[in-house]
Amino acid sequence: MSKERNCADERARKETLEIAEKYTHDKDNLIAILNEVQVKYGYIPKESQLTIAEYLDMPLAEVYGVITFYSRFTLIPKGKYNISICMGTACFVKGAKELVERAKERLGIEEGQTSEDGKFSLETMRCVGACGLAPVFTINDEVYGKATVKKLDEVLDSLMKE
Amino acid sequence: MKKSIEEIEKIREIKSKELELRTNKDFTGARKDILVCHGTGCTSSKSPEILEKLKEIIKEKDLKDINVVKVGCLGLCSKGPIVIIRPEDTFYSMVTVDDCEEIIESHIINGEVVQRLLCKTIDSKEAIEKLDDQPFYKKQKRIALKNCGIINPEDIDEYISVDGFKALEKVLTKMKPEEVIDELTKSGLRGRGGAGFPTGMKWNFVLKEKGEQKYVVCNADEGDPGAFMDRSILEGDPHSILEAMSIAGYTVGANKGYIYVRAEYPIAVTRLQIAINQEREYGILGENIFGTDHSFDIEIRLGAGAFVCGEETALLESVEGKRGQPRLKPPFPANSGLWQKPTLINNVETYANVTRIINNGADWYAGIGTEGSKGTKVFALGGNVNNVGLVEVPMGTTLREIIFDIGGGIPNGRKFKAAQTGGPSGGCIPEKYLDTPIDYESLKEIGSMMGSGGLIVMDDTKCMVNLAKFYLDFTVSESCGKCTPCRVGTKRMLETLEKICEGNGTEKDIEKLRTLADNICKASVCGLGQTAPNPVISTLKYFEDEYREHVIDKSCRAKECKNLTKIEIDPEKCKGCDLCKKACPVGAISGEVTKVHEIDQSKCIKCRSCLQACPFKAIS
Repeated sequence: MSKERNCADERARKETLEIAEKYTHDKDNLIAILNEVQVKYGYIPKESQLTIAEYLDMPLAEVYGVITFYSRFTLIPKGKYNISICMGTACFVKGAKELVERAKERLGIEEGQTSEDGKFSLETMRCVGACGLAPVFTINDEVYGKATVKKLDEVLDSLMKE
Repeated sequence: MKKSIEEIEKIREIKSKELELRTNKDFTGARKDILVCHGTGCTSSKSPEILEKLKEIIKEKDLKDINVVKVGCLGLCSKGPIVIIRPEDTFYSMVTVDDCEEIIESHIINGEVVQRLLCKTIDSKEAIEKLDDQPFYKKQKRIALKNCGIINPEDIDEYISVDGFKALEKVLTKMKPEEVIDELTKSGLRGRGGAGFPTGMKWNFVLKEKGEQKYVVCNADEGDPGAFMDRSILEGDPHSILEAMSIAGYTVGANKGYIYVRAEYPIAVTRLQIAINQEREYGILGENIFGTDHSFDIEIRLGAGAFVCGEETALLESVEGKRGQPRLKPPFPANSGLWQKPTLINNVETYANVTRIINNGADWYAGIGTEGSKGTKVFALGGNVNNVGLVEVPMGTTLREIIFDIGGGIPNGRKFKAAQTGGPSGGCIPEKYLDTPIDYESLKEIGSMMGSGGLIVMDDTKCMVNLAKFYLDFTVSESCGKCTPCRVGTKRMLETLEKICEGNGTEKDIEKLRTLADNICKASVCGLGQTAPNPVISTLKYFEDEYREHVIDKSCRAKECKNLTKIEIDPEKCKGCDLCKKACPVGAISGEVTKVHEIDQSKCIKCRSCLQACPFKAIS
């Protein structure tokens, strides 16, 4: 187990360095690098944080500080299916809250959490900009517009069967 | 290959002829362009698949002179995906991939309009064929959105054909920096990010500042939930922003620009990058632009989901790669901004107006709008309104015109209750102010603000206390934590609002909200904190009776606050179908089949499952 773990750490270090090396050592590249790492892993692994801190020659605490400041960066892995419900005003006015409640109930997790089997994660976000379709939720990159509790249920049903 | 002014002119000449069928309604000829909206709304409803399908059918049938074009947001998002056929200007709404065959077969080949895909008016259900005849577009005046929905945002030549880079050329070859500033000042353009600071004056501050290195920044961190104006401009007309930034660079003496854009806007980011690459290739960005001394380049910086980064000094911190916490002002960014160098920051929509002003003159621009607010404003109209979408109207248009004439009024026969402008920093506007002509000053007077342009309409099913709670919940989670009034104060306000919504509020709590609001406004460091209490202040001002009902009568008239509502079955309407009983998760509903059912209030958890289950709308 620990050997596997080491392998994974080693890989994360190597891959993160590959991303970082696309940029100069200037500190202002931190957010850009983090954005790429977040996209690659769906979160920012500890090994990546260490690698980035070393690459930009800054304290790990500072890297961690930036990660926790921005809502896009997360420290725990997202699920295979990341369900993100828009809580922008337009969606809120059209009943997005009920969707959040329903998703929590169905998945048995709170916002910002990932299910134990790693299949689902749930988050709320601020405005996708597709207000014409409100209320909206997304699963990974797919946008589901004019959503209802029923529609959410149907989508979840089909994903749960997989 | 780097292009000279003459070569650009040549492209303009050839390409504008090609695009004439899109810009000139009287165009005659066999050619047709099929424009497919690729704004975020339409893209989400699969417009890229429609585009591919149309292309495929055209290829299959070997049709000549028919072009399918990807265009930016056309505005009427709720009717998307939108397909427009030019030159005749036929407007098809809610098109699906399956409709493509019929559009080609019937419209393109046989010249017969596909009636069932036309947009219907809200009252008479009459089909309207042309875009210009849609009530949604009639009162609009598109200046910032001029090219959105007309050109392919990923094709620089198309941008050139609609007077693209003419303003830059004019400025670089014929105008001194002071003259550019004069022109902007005369035009009366004010910052479209929300605060409305005179743009000419801001540019002048940076010009006057001494220093070798200066920067130009574009604030595209559109964080206001429910607003998507900037996004649509970036997606539909990215070159006009880059051009304006280059003009700004020349005027204030900067050779480097940054666009700070939300990572949540992937389409905008991609199109901006394509636009930047194309301009670099043509030599419109880079060294010695158009053979002059002016050199300018632009880099994209991605935001990472922090609302406070819309505040200019927080944005600068974030561009520098740090936590986006606001700086104390003064010094202002014009004196000491990015890496302590003089920096010009403007919002996307402000930049979008710059090229239009240079091309058409300050007098033309100053002729539109009201005394103190010139030009137009783009609003993202959303919420309980029929036509959800992007609207650009001259300053001075009334809310009633926007919501009822353009927006088509409130759906489902409900009543208008309030409109919210300015997002979490703005306020609610009640019915009595519907006829106020909108500009920076008038909105401030009635307790709201222009903001970046979010305009959310609410009907009578919305609880104003709950709405205030929603906004405070937003500011609490977005407060950066730097100063106590905002970090702790907004949290206390939220707790008080939660208490009221749960039915535990007292009259004292209302007073407490007022005091807190006052203190937070006065003592916070940045704009976020100073304006955070506005949603509470304005709802307290216009809907105090609702707050009182919550604390005194323990009732919520909009039935949104669960603890303060009763869900009841109307015995007149109940047919005893038993569906509600089956839907109730806690067994609170009793009654025999075919007889009137009843809800046991002590058991009811107000989940509203029964409301959805009832086919007779007997439960409310």
